[in-house]
Amino acid sequence: MITKVNLAGVTLKNPVMTASGTFGSGAEYAEFVDLNQLGAVVTKGVANKPWEGNPTPRIAETYGGMLNAIGLQNPGIDLFVERDIPFLTKYDTKIIVNVCGKTLEDYCEVVKRLANQPIDMLEINISCPNVKEGGIAFGQNPKMVEEITREVKKYAKQPVIMKLSPNVTDITEMAKAAEAGGADVISLINTITGMKIDVHRRTFALANKTGGLSGPAIHPIAVRMVYEVAKAVEIPIIGMGGIGTAEDALEMILAGATAISVGTVNFRNPKVTMEIVNGIREYMEQYRVEDIKELIGAVDKSN
Amino acid sequence: MTEKYKEQAVIIRQEEISYGIYSVWLKTDKIAEQAKPGQFLSVYCHEGSRLLPRPISICEIDKADQAVRIVYRVVGKGTEELSQLGTGDHLDIVGPLGNGFPLKDKKTFLIGGGIGIPPLLQLAKELHCEKQIILGYKDNLFLHKEFKKQGNLYIATEDGSYGIEGNVMDAIRENGLEAEIIYACGPMPMLRAVKTYAKDKNIECWLSLEEKMACGIGACLACVCKSNERDNHTNVNNKRICKEGPVFRAEEVEF
Repeated sequence: MITKVNLAGVTLKNPVMTASGTFGSGAEYAEFVDLNQLGAVVTKGVANKPWEGNPTPRIAETYGGMLNAIGLQNPGIDLFVERDIPFLTKYDTKIIVNVCGKTLEDYCEVVKRLANQPIDMLEINISCPNVKEGGIAFGQNPKMVEEITREVKKYAKQPVIMKLSPNVTDITEMAKAAEAGGADVISLINTITGMKIDVHRRTFALANKTGGLSGPAIHPIAVRMVYEVAKAVEIPIIGMGGIGTAEDALEMILAGATAISVGTVNFRNPKVTMEIVNGIREYMEQYRVEDIKELIGAVDKSN
Repeated sequence: MTEKYKEQAVIIRQEEISYGIYSVWLKTDKIAEQAKPGQFLSVYCHEGSRLLPRPISICEIDKADQAVRIVYRVVGKGTEELSQLGTGDHLDIVGPLGNGFPLKDKKTFLIGGGIGIPPLLQLAKELHCEKQIILGYKDNLFLHKEFKKQGNLYIATEDGSYGIEGNVMDAIRENGLEAEIIYACGPMPMLRAVKTYAKDKNIECWLSLEEKMACGIGACLACVCKSNERDNHTNVNNKRICKEGPVFRAEEVEF
């Protein structure tokens, strides 16, 4: 049985990755998960300098999901390079570094700093809804998406994944713009902007008022968007959004994703990534799938 | 660092010990063996729409019987679901989490307010010194009989229905109490008053904080508090309550 997949020349032993921001740089979850069993670890977004993030409360549970407005708290590239990358290189898994910034120059500075680092891919976060500058501001306009992709590609020594926001009218436009700018891979979806109000206190549940909705509640939206984007571009796709079971992961793959990321459900079950790896193998055994590549985008092929 | 475990615990017994306050003894595999006073558990709901664990402090540890006790207030649907479980039911938990209280045998104040009271019980049991236990309640008392066995007990109630009418600081003042070290857990206004008191009197003071949490293990950065020193995770001034805390030196944190 072959579970390995190829993303822009990088071979993952299986399609299961972690979603940026939900897994730190792996150290905390390594107490529960054998990182060697994962296709890749995607780190929390790192900027050129440390960011403090937003005031608390930063999270609120919602039906089948949660809102977060962490605000990309991160240690900055210096400490990240010194501490987090050496931790991850001890494991037999691919390392994907998520990059955030407030300006185009910030993104490029981080990408340059990572050029000679032992990492496998870069994921460019142009879709965080919780920061005032950067983030989603770059991800809601196709011209900006294309421009930032092109700029980052000038300096990137690793394949570039552009992470798209679902908070747009037509996500395929953004995907096509990223592809036109030279993106190697597209990942989607980031969180959907939402709001929760505490009726007893008559306040916003989050200090930031709005936050990004994630978790199983958004999974069908993510599957639909992965399907649409898979039809619109040639480059591979990483699907994410509420994946909590092998079945959820397989839906994404059948919709057209080459790999998948598990995010919020890590909070529900810290071992869930390994369970999904095993569940995909069981599915392949049950349906006698020799190579997982047979499943990518196969939803249309079965009719 | 203590080892953390994800376990399916079994409920030994659960009872409502005061209005809306529940006590559960859980049979664990390894968690009880590792647990220290002041640490907490992530408790997962059975209902799948409630994704996030409820962080609940450990009230008592019975290492011989591999059991831990948690005492919690029903505040929402998750804790309401938990309160419905009974003997023999399973409960997914992760723990023990957080740092816990340092044990220092000096003349002590143990100050608890409301649902911040439970973690002080195991602490009281593990301290072997002169203990002055000051508990503040809104109205209905709980755990007070168990604390009574652990030291000199002083109670304050907001409505004056028991003990001193007022808060824990009133109880300290009116009884003329003094200490060399303070351990406290309770609502933020209480912790602010305790912090100010400790600073004025120049007393070593340890506070257990809470904040909305998601992962409970230090990865998601939801439950931070402002700290005076740079934190070792992000190198800013945000300590993770679930990881570097929940217990902090009073002068270490701003709230």
